[in-house]
Amino acid sequence: MDAEQLLDIQGLKLNLPDGTRLLEGVSLRLNAGEALGVVGESGSGKSLTAMSVMGLLPGLKASGSILFSGQELVNLPDKVMRKLRGARIAMIFQDPMTAFLPVRSIGAQIDEQIRLHHRVSRREARARTVQLLERMGVPDPAMAAKRYPHQLSGGLRQRAMIAMALSCTPALLIADEPTTALDVTVQAQILTLLREIREEGAGVMLITHDMGVVAQACTHVAVMYSGLVVENGPVRDVLDRPLHPYTQALLAAIPPLDGPRPERLPTISGQPPTPDNRPTGCVFAPRCSFVRSECAVRPPLTEIEEGRRVACVLYAA
Amino acid sequence: MIRSFLSRTGQMALVIFGISVLVFCIFFATPGADPTARIAGRGASPQVMARIRAEYGFDRPLPVQYVRMMEKLFVTRDLTSFVNHGQKVVPEVVSAAPVTLSLVVWAAFFWVVGSLVIGVASAVLRDSWVDRLLMVLGLIGLSMPVFWLGEVINLFTQSRWHDTWLFRWVPPLGYVPLSQSPIGWAKSLLLPSLTLSVSFMGLYARILRSELLSAMGEDSIRTARAKGAGPARVWLWHGLRLSWLSYVSLFGLDFAQLLGGGALLTEVVFALPGVGRLTYQALATLDLPLIMATVMYAAVFVVIANALVDGLYALLDPRIRDGQHGR
Ligand SMILES: Nc1ncnc2c1ncn2[C@@H]1O[C@H](COP(=O)(O)OP(=O)(O)OP(=O)(O)O)[C@@H](O)[C@H]1O
Ligand SMILES: [Mg+2]
Repeated sequence: MDAEQLLDIQGLKLNLPDGTRLLEGVSLRLNAGEALGVVGESGSGKSLTAMSVMGLLPGLKASGSILFSGQELVNLPDKVMRKLRGARIAMIFQDPMTAFLPVRSIGAQIDEQIRLHHRVSRREARARTVQLLERMGVPDPAMAAKRYPHQLSGGLRQRAMIAMALSCTPALLIADEPTTALDVTVQAQILTLLREIREEGAGVMLITHDMGVVAQACTHVAVMYSGLVVENGPVRDVLDRPLHPYTQALLAAIPPLDGPRPERLPTISGQPPTPDNRPTGCVFAPRCSFVRSECAVRPPLTEIEEGRRVACVLYAA
Repeated sequence: MIRSFLSRTGQMALVIFGISVLVFCIFFATPGADPTARIAGRGASPQVMARIRAEYGFDRPLPVQYVRMMEKLFVTRDLTSFVNHGQKVVPEVVSAAPVTLSLVVWAAFFWVVGSLVIGVASAVLRDSWVDRLLMVLGLIGLSMPVFWLGEVINLFTQSRWHDTWLFRWVPPLGYVPLSQSPIGWAKSLLLPSLTLSVSFMGLYARILRSELLSAMGEDSIRTARAKGAGPARVWLWHGLRLSWLSYVSLFGLDFAQLLGGGALLTEVVFALPGVGRLTYQALATLDLPLIMATVMYAAVFVVIANALVDGLYALLDPRIRDGQHGR
């Protein structure tokens, strides 16, 4: 597949003002028409990566490179970034209850985004809002636009959130755990929606804890651990044949969908390192059962097969 | 809608009734004190005492006395001050009300504008020296006694520096009605209302700053940024929208209590013949009918303002409209 390269993150590092390094050099790629699932334990830096792409981390110093359609986003002036944000790159957040302003109607908030980026009248914006809500499967969209966030169910709110994110037809949609706060049936509907968006040609970056979600909605997956991407590849390949010991452990910790349930699921012993006590070598080495002496030097993320990249000494040529 | 309005009005009536009973009891039904003598003032002749006793029904049961009193206050409006040579009390309060209203409206204007500017500026520039300076100034304003500030201002603008170019425009103490001269009215109220607004400005700026800063941490503000809104829009449109609820409720209550006579010290210092000064005089001369009238006037104002604030609240926050409290 030689689709247009939409997002190319190379060695993205993020430092706190005191020098603590939160991201250790994240590398990711995403093409138009693909959906990249980003998985990893809590605190591995998934949200930070997403927020860096949005340019929404003013307090943190970023270095490395984020190329979006060939444009460098790291250290882009906020004025320029603002034109992209919401228009070309949009984001959906985990909790649709708190993500909307509670004191204004859903419609008014979607109108606002449209009018921030396009010179249209209030009425035209509202017409577009209603159209979007309808496309997202919101029943009686004209009425729903007049409602306030607390008057809608969680599922409808998240649909409205997606409608808002899509209001300016972004090329890249970032969804940070969009279904975590929703029940299973609603979750499936939202994932279907995301798949449609991707099939229409947008790139989707889907952050989640849930391998099941990745399998359902994504074409590619990146596994993050302690501020690094340790494995990256097409979903089927990675799920069928995980290469990095951390990915293997992560997949082994999920109960199988069919067949007998094992007595006990294997868990990964130990805790992921915090940003202050990250090992200088491979970040997973302290918990890895294949650890060897070469692990004292951090392995780079290298391409070992067509489209598959892994950062582990086991696969060094 | 109509039903909730009616129930609201009923509640208000009930509260006002309760307050009137309470005030009446405190002043007229205190055991061991003869209200007749207190109304008549010191050294009244027995004939006057007898007339008052008959007029107010002090020889009859308490409920009758209460009804008489309310009738004199609200229906016939001929409650008379004996201390003050037969002055009718209710018209006195009514003519003092516009003075207080003008003063408080001006002061409210200054403190809202001032606290918005200071609060937003120090929130945006948080932890910078500007923020620290503004907050220290706010604290000073907050803790400066209004009568002292008023006296100092009077000292400089009325006598010490009155003849310099800076303060030559300052009129002598007192009030000029709006109908007589709008410019004179504004001039006579400028310094008093600024004085009155200083402490409120400090308090409100501090409240706004902390509310605004906590609002800026909310998810919905992150969403606003993600939509591509610029900093001015994020702070002023989204941020203020989230943080002005407690500001508004506090404002309503302060505004009402000032109208009800809470601007007493300012009015006395600047010799403005408002409700506060009337209350002050009534207290100083123990003029019972006048105290009764001003206290009732204040109570009615606070209750009405409270209802207005509740209404405004519902207008500002749809969750309250739907009977869902809190976030
Ligand atoms: N503004 C910040 N200042 C300091 N530390 C931060 C900041 N934001 C995030 N961190 C830290 O960076 C690490 C990564 O955070 P991040 O939110 O990206 O994790 P995540 O992978 O999204 O986790 P989760 O699955 O829980 O959402 C965490 O250890 C977090 O404590
Ligand atoms: Mg996260």
